[in-house]
Amino acid sequence: MPEPVIGLEIHLAIRVDTKMFCGCAAESFGSEPNVHTCPVCLGLPGSLPVTNREAIEKAVLFSLALHCRVPELTQFHRKHYFYPDAPKNYQISQYDRPVGEHGWVELDGGRRIGITRCHVEEDAGRLAHPPYADHSLVDFNRAGAPLIEMVTEPDLRTPEEARAFLAQVQAVARALGVSDASPEQGKMRADVNVSLRNPDGSLGTKVEVKNLNSFKSVAAAIAFEVRRQGALLEDGREVAQETRGWNEGGQRTYLLRSKEESADYRYMPDPDLPPLTLEPAWLDDLRARMPELPAARRERYLALGLKPADAEALALDLEAAAFFDAATEAYAGSAQTVANWLTGDIAGLLNAGGRSLAEAPLRPEGLAAMLRLLDDGTISGKIAKEILPEVLEGEGPEALVARKGLTQITDEGALAELVERVMQANPAVVASARENPKAINALLGKVMQESRGTARPDAVRRLLQDRLATPGSD
Amino acid sequence: MLAAMMSAWQLARAVREGTRTASEAVEDALARATRASHLNAVLHVADAHARERAAALDASLARGQDPGPLAGVPVAVKDNLCLEGVPATAGSRSLEGFVPPYSATVIERLEAAGAVVVAKTNLDEFGMGSSNEASAFGPALNPWDTERVPGGSSGGSAAAVAAGIVPLALGTDTGGSVRLPASFCGVLGFKPTYGRLSRYGVVAYASSLDQVGVLTRSTRDAAMALAAMAGVDPLDGTSLAADAGDLRALGEGSEGPDVRGLRVAVVSELSGEGNAPGVLEALDRTAARLRELGAEVREVSVPSVRHAVATYYLVATAEASSNLARYDGMIYSTRLGEDGDGQEAVMRRSRGRTLGREVRRRVLMGSFALSAGYYDAYYGKALRVRRVIADELARAFEGADVLLTPTAPTAAYRLGEKLDDPLAMYVGDVCTCLANLAGLPAMSVPAGRTAEGLPVGVQLMAPALHDARLLQVAAALEAAAGDDFAPLAPG
Repeated sequence: MPEPVIGLEIHLAIRVDTKMFCGCAAESFGSEPNVHTCPVCLGLPGSLPVTNREAIEKAVLFSLALHCRVPELTQFHRKHYFYPDAPKNYQISQYDRPVGEHGWVELDGGRRIGITRCHVEEDAGRLAHPPYADHSLVDFNRAGAPLIEMVTEPDLRTPEEARAFLAQVQAVARALGVSDASPEQGKMRADVNVSLRNPDGSLGTKVEVKNLNSFKSVAAAIAFEVRRQGALLEDGREVAQETRGWNEGGQRTYLLRSKEESADYRYMPDPDLPPLTLEPAWLDDLRARMPELPAARRERYLALGLKPADAEALALDLEAAAFFDAATEAYAGSAQTVANWLTGDIAGLLNAGGRSLAEAPLRPEGLAAMLRLLDDGTISGKIAKEILPEVLEGEGPEALVARKGLTQITDEGALAELVERVMQANPAVVASARENPKAINALLGKVMQESRGTARPDAVRRLLQDRLATPGSD
Repeated sequence: MLAAMMSAWQLARAVREGTRTASEAVEDALARATRASHLNAVLHVADAHARERAAALDASLARGQDPGPLAGVPVAVKDNLCLEGVPATAGSRSLEGFVPPYSATVIERLEAAGAVVVAKTNLDEFGMGSSNEASAFGPALNPWDTERVPGGSSGGSAAAVAAGIVPLALGTDTGGSVRLPASFCGVLGFKPTYGRLSRYGVVAYASSLDQVGVLTRSTRDAAMALAAMAGVDPLDGTSLAADAGDLRALGEGSEGPDVRGLRVAVVSELSGEGNAPGVLEALDRTAARLRELGAEVREVSVPSVRHAVATYYLVATAEASSNLARYDGMIYSTRLGEDGDGQEAVMRRSRGRTLGREVRRRVLMGSFALSAGYYDAYYGKALRVRRVIADELARAFEGADVLLTPTAPTAAYRLGEKLDDPLAMYVGDVCTCLANLAGLPAMSVPAGRTAEGLPVGVQLMAPALHDARLLQVAAALEAAAGDDFAPLAPG
């Protein structure tokens, strides 16, 4: 099987208030068509673009986080093509002076994926084709919205790796506040390039699959292309250089256009937008203000003693990481305990309810309080799991336990009395437990049942063992 | 004094002092526009807008408020400048019916200083032409001789000022489009330093060269208008934050003209062969006059000027091919075609049939210059030569305060004379396009008349941001010429 060679082109919607070159709202998800438009983003005669400096700052921050070289001068170019989604029939993009070049992202496991470049550009409008109509419709709400386009080197080898890479990039974009990077809202879109390596080691013909809007589709499209191209080669046929689309329902790629005639975009420096100087002092300031990134966070979690899988999962999830950090701050016990609850029972309850951690009323201090109750023996693990749904809804664990009378019985006298009562009531079980030490669990269960779970199990077991070991005393 | 004879500053003073109302000034201008309609200088009379503005100005004067230094001055603006609610065609069929929902910053500022836009003037389509014959609505005519062109592309504005319709008009100048018609029509045409005036609301031809300019019959009027419009504009990233105090002082007439000791250099490559005798005489006359006034006049060589026209037409057409891509019949420009024809067919037909011959020629040249495989040889090289020209001009200014050249190689020529030879028309831009390539301020100042009685101007250039220096020189020449400086066209 020839080795797959995979590169990605990712578009991220930059999270800023206004569009790249005008004052219209950048966020238009869910809006009526053509309400977020103005003379500039509609390309009316005489209108002029003015650079959104905040968007540039975010793109530069992102480039720095991906270890890109950021030039002292960055510039916008016009990329020309005639299509109704582009009001000016050119897109303002970047060409030979992008905001970042030659960066990398390290995957879990240490493999580095090269970033060819990161550049800033404006988004296009959105076309709609009503069925059976003799016309198409266009919505310019998105036209001019700021995007980062990042292009990777062809360093990825498997669909799983591509997916892990996308998760990393998403986590970095979110950690920096650069983008919501939500594929389901079109704020993170990917095109993939797939080829199979020739037997002599050279790269095979590259096929591009466009407009993939979930990580899952990216992985599936790659897997499909690897199979399709492999089968062609096995039959002694050639792979054609072409652009393909992704059919989600059929889980297959299909031909969009063959790359026979490649487009000439007639790139030209945009004379309306003077080149931007990125002062070294400003870049230093950005670096200094750089928040903790997922890779560093993963290292920190490993140093805290977390299991690698938990460290990775938490590091990639900005919400969970922030919650975890606050909870470990508030709770002096083991960090792994906090992680276990977060990635275990809490994640399970949230998933079942279709909610995110941020949407639940639980605060890190609440989890810390519950864990302290566990540690000091006020409640058992079983009780903790029992009250968790209410704790998740924001109930204070102490008050909850007190109100429900769930405080663990730890008083030796009270426990001894309880054990005595259960043994008296179950002579047959006692007899069998004397024969077979394993049957002690049956007695233990009855004690816990009697106490509605509040008896401290280890103390009960000790008391039972003592009593059973003293013959005749019953 | 007849209203048509009055300069803008005189008219504004009369309005501010209450001896004339803004409405009277505007009605006079509207009446003159109607009387001069045979010149085809005006594409659209903005009468409703003008009357409403004038009434508002008169009301504020009645309340004791001062509407500003240009109070009640009727102004004509080239039809590639946007004024909210008033059609803007840029001289093109493709923008017939387009009404901009916004105003150019220069117009907003001019009106904020009290001026009133009364008319939109004729121009070569999108500013592409030197004779006004490339207007989709027929050429404007030269008021000095209606069988001749007024020059282009701001021919309508120049003709409107020369004919006394308005004392002040705005044009745009990409390669000489304010200065050349100023020379042909015998008025003053000023193109400021690139960036001094906002381009917001100016229908773009070649963005790195386009600059709004003024046409007047008096230096003081030009200074007042520039002072009112100058300054950085948050809507134009190429606008400059330069102090306009010197322009304001000139506009207030508080500085007497003085050119004693001024170092004037005549560009030798531009002052000989290729120029009509009447043009060279005008150049000599001006040099002699400046010497009389105490300036030193010498020659300077700028060898790269021989590449200026080629460089200009590569840069301008490349940018034009990009700027004009939007006129595709899709959103607001004229659409030719039916639903169901398909977008590509509609775009092709709309562009092919609503853009004129000269525009299509330049769009094709520019697209070619930007094409893969040709970029370096054409557009890329033009950018490099542009830098060389700017550097050579900067060196010329080491020994000179201003450079003196003809404005154009000839005076106004006859309609149709150069229509079939675009190259002959292009070389007419050789002197003027230098200032656009280098971003310098330049002005065409009236320099008498040819033997045939046609007006002719000469061009003065200064280093970037020394706009006021040019106006000082013009003021000295104006003072020396007296009433003969920029007289109204006869008739």
